Amino acid sequence: MSTTAEAHHDHHDAPSGIKRWIFATNHKDIGTMYLVFSGLMFFTGGAMAMIIRAELFQPGLQFVDPGFFNQMTTMHALVMVFGAVMPALVGLANWMVPLMVGAPDMALPRMNNWSFWILPVAAILLVSTLFMGGGAPASGWTMYPPLVLQTGDAFPFLIFSVHLLGMSSIMGAINIVVTIMNMRAPGMGLLKMPLFVWTWLITAYLLILAMPVLAGAVTMLLTDEYFGTSFFNAAGGGDPVMFQHVFWFFGHPEVYIMILPAFGIVSQIIPTFARKPLFGYDSMVYATASIAFLSFIVWAHHMFTVGMPLAGQLFFMFSTMLIAVPTGVKVFNWTATMWKGSLTFETPMLFAVAFLFLFTIGGFSGLMLGITPADFQYHDTYFVVAHFHYTLVPGAVFGIMAGVYFWLPKWTGHMYNEKLGKLHFWLSAIFVNVTFFPQHFVGLAGMPRRIPDYATQFADFNMISSIGAFVFGASQLLFVYIIWSCVRGGEKASTQVWEGAEGLEWTVPSPAPHHTFEVAPEVR
Amino acid sequence: MQTRMHHTPDASEPRWLVAKLSLIVVAMFGFGYLLVPIYDVFCELTGLNGKTATTAAMAAETASDRVVSVEFVASVNENAPWVFRPNVSKMQVQPGKFYDTTFYAQNRTDAPLLGHAVPSVAPGQAARHFQKTECFCFTEQEFEPQEGRDMPVRFILDPDLPEHIATVTLSYTFFAEQRVADSGDAR
Repeated sequence: MSTTAEAHHDHHDAPSGIKRWIFATNHKDIGTMYLVFSGLMFFTGGAMAMIIRAELFQPGLQFVDPGFFNQMTTMHALVMVFGAVMPALVGLANWMVPLMVGAPDMALPRMNNWSFWILPVAAILLVSTLFMGGGAPASGWTMYPPLVLQTGDAFPFLIFSVHLLGMSSIMGAINIVVTIMNMRAPGMGLLKMPLFVWTWLITAYLLILAMPVLAGAVTMLLTDEYFGTSFFNAAGGGDPVMFQHVFWFFGHPEVYIMILPAFGIVSQIIPTFARKPLFGYDSMVYATASIAFLSFIVWAHHMFTVGMPLAGQLFFMFSTMLIAVPTGVKVFNWTATMWKGSLTFETPMLFAVAFLFLFTIGGFSGLMLGITPADFQYHDTYFVVAHFHYTLVPGAVFGIMAGVYFWLPKWTGHMYNEKLGKLHFWLSAIFVNVTFFPQHFVGLAGMPRRIPDYATQFADFNMISSIGAFVFGASQLLFVYIIWSCVRGGEKASTQVWEGAEGLEWTVPSPAPHHTFEVAPEVR
Repeated sequence: MQTRMHHTPDASEPRWLVAKLSLIVVAMFGFGYLLVPIYDVFCELTGLNGKTATTAAMAAETASDRVVSVEFVASVNENAPWVFRPNVSKMQVQPGKFYDTTFYAQNRTDAPLLGHAVPSVAPGQAARHFQKTECFCFTEQEFEPQEGRDMPVRFILDPDLPEHIATVTLSYTFFAEQRVADSGDAR
């Protein structure tokens, strides 16, 4: 390995100071910027969630007016989906994919710079709508017309911000595909790639296929509003329901875009701390690919209640149920990987195991929602809110947190504070359930989502849910402190970091030098 | 960089892959727009969405003895400045025979208005069997200030109408045209 020699002339041509970041082409620098940006957005979106939960702490209207409440639910979703979860996953891909495949950098470093720096611009466009006449978008993140067309001055900002966020994701995705297809170290065949690389390859294809459709849908909204087209305008022969079809044709792949890389992270972590190879590697790859394919033919299960022929309802119900098969394969493979392993429970493993349990709960409630006749009861209730938060918070977000704890020693060269890490885990794992589990009950009892007030019989569960949300939100400050103190110092991390860790990323020194794998490693 | 390229197991040029992937992006953007006509064709074929049949109607030689209720509903969009209502709210009709009815609309503003009615038939399964040979919804309707008038509809129910359907509802929504021009003031 020549990496020790590389460490000597580290940073030899890198600009210093602020220019290092503005003109960054190094995948590690860009990965770091993605993760920092995502952290900022996570707290922005989190603050909005706190406002929502404060308002729902008691029945009646206490803190905000209903219009602002709607802006909060809309902005919380947009910021979390496009600002926090997706950039965090792209950041992890930037950092880890080149290290995992033995490449010196991403394939298209200048485009990489561009795809990152579009993000803050888009985020500023989006967040600035809060201060505009008529307020921020309040139609829900799904932007259904005709309601979304009643957005005030913020409307074009919403559309352009979605365009920019989409462009950034597409460029990031193209970069990842090209890196994986062209820059793998000699000997690393496709079926030797680590699972995080596999899941990101498939996710990148989903992004390339789905994001342009969203761009098309919001462009139609824009021309409907300003250029006299009637895509969704019934007076001109259009149909608002069609927007829902086009949106969810993007929207369902989008939810897998947010979860598949988390599957990949968990597939790296569980074998490491079980000290066993991943059970059923090939089936994991095929299961991921099947989920990706199925994600394109299930979209209408988001809109069973708009009216659909029986054949359509049956098709979308059965194709939705079918997703449980590859997902089940993955869950059983993770479980089988732990079976009779020499398990230890460091923080990344704790998050990964919690992911396994809690994501599965979200999967099961998804199955319930996929049953067409039952969905008529659950549609637009808090049951839906509970379902997708279980897949996204203890699913995608716990996956990201697990990945951050897992790779932090490799990034910083220091071990994080394990005691505080465990405390952060237990606070998060307990209070995420306190927050979202009661929402199943109020949802089944008929509490509608996106409404700032509710009937008094829902009061107790909502108060519990709000308390859970406040503690969960506050405990994320601990996460920031742990990362900050790990960057500043701590116990020196070894090259391998974790006893059971295997793969190219654990052969470079900790912290990973600025340039790695300038000479491609040999993979047996 | 160049030295690395011939190391890779996949020798294809990255530039070519980038071009292919970019092409997919452009194609998928187009596909989003292609969903619009696909959606319309799908609705037309299945009669979903209450879009009524566009094929020419013909009276059946033998009208059946079956009697179906047809209800008429009129609504105006948002705060449109119209009076709009059916003159007859319900009719008993035999499939295979032509019937006439009228809707009344009045412009309540002091400016001329263009109106456009969009029809919908419920239940969706009946939509394909509900044919209009004459309808004020076929064309834009021009109204002088404060003008009110009756507007005719001539329709026929196809005798193939599924047996279990006993009531068919024809509803119209009446929109003012030039939405684009006045949308600025509406805010």
